[in-house]
Amino acid sequence: MSETAKVIELDQVVVRFSGDSGDGMQLTGTLFSNLSAILGNEISTFPDYPAEIRAPQGTLGGVSGFQVHLGAQKINTPGDQADVLVAMNPAALKVNVEAIKPGGVILYDENTFDDSGLKKAGFVTDNPFEELGLKNVQLLGAPLTDLTKLSLESSGFDNKTIVRSKNMFALGLACWLFNRPIEQAQHFLETKFSKKPDILRANIKVLIDGFHYGSNTHASISTYHVAKSDIDKGRYTSISGNKAAAFGLIAAAEKAGLQLFLGSYPITPATDIMHELAARKDLGVRVIQSEDEIAGICTAIGASFAGNLAATNTSGPGLALKSEAIGLAVMAELPLVIIDVQRGGPSTGLPTKTEQADLLQALYGRNGESPLVVIAAGTPDDCFDFAYMAAKIAVEHITPVILLTDGFIANGTSLWKLPKLKDYPSITPPRPKEGEPWKAYMRDPVKLNRYWVAPGTKGYMHRLGGLEKDFDSGAISTDGHNHQRMVNIRKAKIDKIADYIPELEVYGDSSADTLIVGWGGTCGHLRSAVDKLNEIGSKAALAHFNYIMPLPRNTREVLSRYKKIVVCELNNGQFVSYLRSQMSEFTYLQFNKVQGQPFEVHEIVDYITSL
Amino acid sequence: MSSQTYTAQDFKSDQYVRWCPGCGDFAILNSIYKAMAELGVDPSQTAVISGIGCSSRLTYYMNTYGFHTIHGRAAAVATGVKAANPALTVWQFTGDGDCLAIGGNHFIHAVRRNIDINIVLHNNEIYGLTKGQYSPTSQKGLVTKSSPFGTIERPFRPAELAFGARGTFFARTIDVDTKTSADVMLLAAKHKGTSVVEVLQNCVIFNDGVHKELSSKEFRAERTILLKHGEPMLFGKENEKGLMLDGFNLKVVTLGENGITEKDILVHDATTEDSTMHLKLAIMTGPDFPVAMGVIRDFTTATYNDELVEQIEQVQAKSKIKNFADLLNSLDSWEI
Repeated sequence: MSETAKVIELDQVVVRFSGDSGDGMQLTGTLFSNLSAILGNEISTFPDYPAEIRAPQGTLGGVSGFQVHLGAQKINTPGDQADVLVAMNPAALKVNVEAIKPGGVILYDENTFDDSGLKKAGFVTDNPFEELGLKNVQLLGAPLTDLTKLSLESSGFDNKTIVRSKNMFALGLACWLFNRPIEQAQHFLETKFSKKPDILRANIKVLIDGFHYGSNTHASISTYHVAKSDIDKGRYTSISGNKAAAFGLIAAAEKAGLQLFLGSYPITPATDIMHELAARKDLGVRVIQSEDEIAGICTAIGASFAGNLAATNTSGPGLALKSEAIGLAVMAELPLVIIDVQRGGPSTGLPTKTEQADLLQALYGRNGESPLVVIAAGTPDDCFDFAYMAAKIAVEHITPVILLTDGFIANGTSLWKLPKLKDYPSITPPRPKEGEPWKAYMRDPVKLNRYWVAPGTKGYMHRLGGLEKDFDSGAISTDGHNHQRMVNIRKAKIDKIADYIPELEVYGDSSADTLIVGWGGTCGHLRSAVDKLNEIGSKAALAHFNYIMPLPRNTREVLSRYKKIVVCELNNGQFVSYLRSQMSEFTYLQFNKVQGQPFEVHEIVDYITSL
Repeated sequence: MSSQTYTAQDFKSDQYVRWCPGCGDFAILNSIYKAMAELGVDPSQTAVISGIGCSSRLTYYMNTYGFHTIHGRAAAVATGVKAANPALTVWQFTGDGDCLAIGGNHFIHAVRRNIDINIVLHNNEIYGLTKGQYSPTSQKGLVTKSSPFGTIERPFRPAELAFGARGTFFARTIDVDTKTSADVMLLAAKHKGTSVVEVLQNCVIFNDGVHKELSSKEFRAERTILLKHGEPMLFGKENEKGLMLDGFNLKVVTLGENGITEKDILVHDATTEDSTMHLKLAIMTGPDFPVAMGVIRDFTTATYNDELVEQIEQVQAKSKIKNFADLLNSLDSWEI
């Protein structure tokens, strides 16, 4: 550490806040990220929390983390390792030992690093840093608990409430360390605790004291300044993938002139979509918290039949429960958006951790020949765009659409430039032409969709159902040839959608021999990996897929341009097996990870350079 | 309601009705046509939702909007239809397997929410379409293909399930009595909230005569009692018998015996919130008691769909967010 105070200029930095699940680390991290975004940094965040709401205090199982990557350049990921770790207790240190960059700073609460704290975290010596083999790190210890108590000694609060405010002391220290003005943090707190003036006052006092403690006591330590981003000028917010997806549906409903309906059952990590939409009664959004996952989708199918833009949201186990009903929507040919926020599986699996292992379930997890559209969002903010597109495709092509996101992009946040609805494509439900003869399964001659007529419309009474229907009359049919014809046209309808989606674009050095292929929520990590590879002279390009069923029209052409194709995904090879089945002429290498965590950029870089 | 008048014909689709000859569903279908015509709601404003089973095929025979969905899920689909467009009149046709086995969860929750749909439960106490297995309402001991030595399962009594889920409307009828069936279906449709109409139905192939004690005209007056709100609970060929309270229990009495006159007989009140008496009436069985027919419970309280619309209106009246652009403006955002 330097002797004189100085400000170090950084292009980017990764900060990880870590503590007990009751320590308020998610709030602290969110406030710090938003502060940074306001100062003009790009941000990418990643909350990493346990499935237990409150595991025993001080234990490894209860550690909750929030990582933020901020900087000037395009910040694609929350970062592999942290430059600064804020550890509220020894367990947080132990859990994150691999998450600290060599030379990084560990800011920790000395009060919790006592005998009892060390024991709870399973340390056997009184020097946890040495015990963990942490040598090349800078330690910045402060008695956060005592200082918080001191800060609030005349507040009249009980001890428990006082101790709970120590996350604000840590935030104050972090603000000092990174030269973030605390006035803006106060503004955020005022919004958050507007209904609890006492708590607000206490939090602000501790925050300010934390900041001052840093500037007074640690005057000799260097602080950091992170350069501003040079992204497009405009109005920004930070948004999580779940919130963005909910907003995408709201925007699509408004654009289409349809009422929005969500049938939903709570499931981690997808529930925030329901929370966002349930709060939007002002926009007429109808949300039913149904009795189970099946009812979630079945109420949505009913609402779609009744003419609403209908959606259901879930995670892997819920998608499994919805399978039969998805088949009904395929057969009845009704528009429906199904958002699957993937988590670690199978079964209950790793509910709060991320994975991409529902792809084959989304593509094929139904009885019978049951084609539908599968698309995947890539980043927290583009969950908005892909939820919008999911709704557009569902409504215009009269089909269920599965939108895959994952725990990482659903709970992580990124900077989002506020969109203008007029910049988004129109959404026009196909209706039968007035006065012309009509049958329920009559089709658009080009797009092959049936037309959508809701009950309440005079003259168009019809019966839909899960039984096979006659191609012409729409009545029940068990005729074998008719069935073949219907199976074929349902598939052709989905294939046709390739004409209405964007072509695949290649990122990075398109003259490279190596093409990295990815899909969905790994977008940021793969982009950063490609940037890094090109930076170190190992030429690489990236084809990142958002449209999976159907594939973009130019997929074959893109794949044919590269000597080496490496499919990277957070599963044991689901997309690669899909590509092998669709385009078997290519040789695919694969890089897979199933640890409940996103890729780390260096893992990709190391793998590609080892080839 | 429309001022136009309708006939049963207006609700008949062009599809050939394909149930087994002699099936109770034919009579039920005719009662439905009759009730819908009397109700006077235009076929285009009517949505008929069904699940899977013999009775669920009924959707295809209705010239209304219809959706023949998947096994057990009709109540959930119907809930979505009604919540999406409360102006529609929504009917659900279902059987004892569809409604009470695979669909039991959706059934109780629809009833609990009191969403304004009309559930007609065709109860033939057997699985017909899968060729004869015992159902959740099959009487203990029934020999079927899946219970060759007699079922050892205790059956549901649909009324108890409906009341347990805080149901607001429950009626019972029998397939062959098309007059009562049409009458109670009409009252079910007029009831605001979830209405459950249990129709005792014969399965001529797999459970023939299951309700014969009640269906034959000869005995019907003796073995059933047709309950009407506000009227004394009398039954018998000459209305010579009635129901009275004996402590906490019901008892059957004969007018003129032991000085009992009509004014001693209980008067049916279907509208009370307390369902204790309704339950007592609904679970009466022979040979000691008549089986209750007609509207047993018709209690009015707020419906899910009305409250949903009201809540939206209240929030909209107060909120500054009128469209998507307003929503974006409400976010914490900053210029870069």
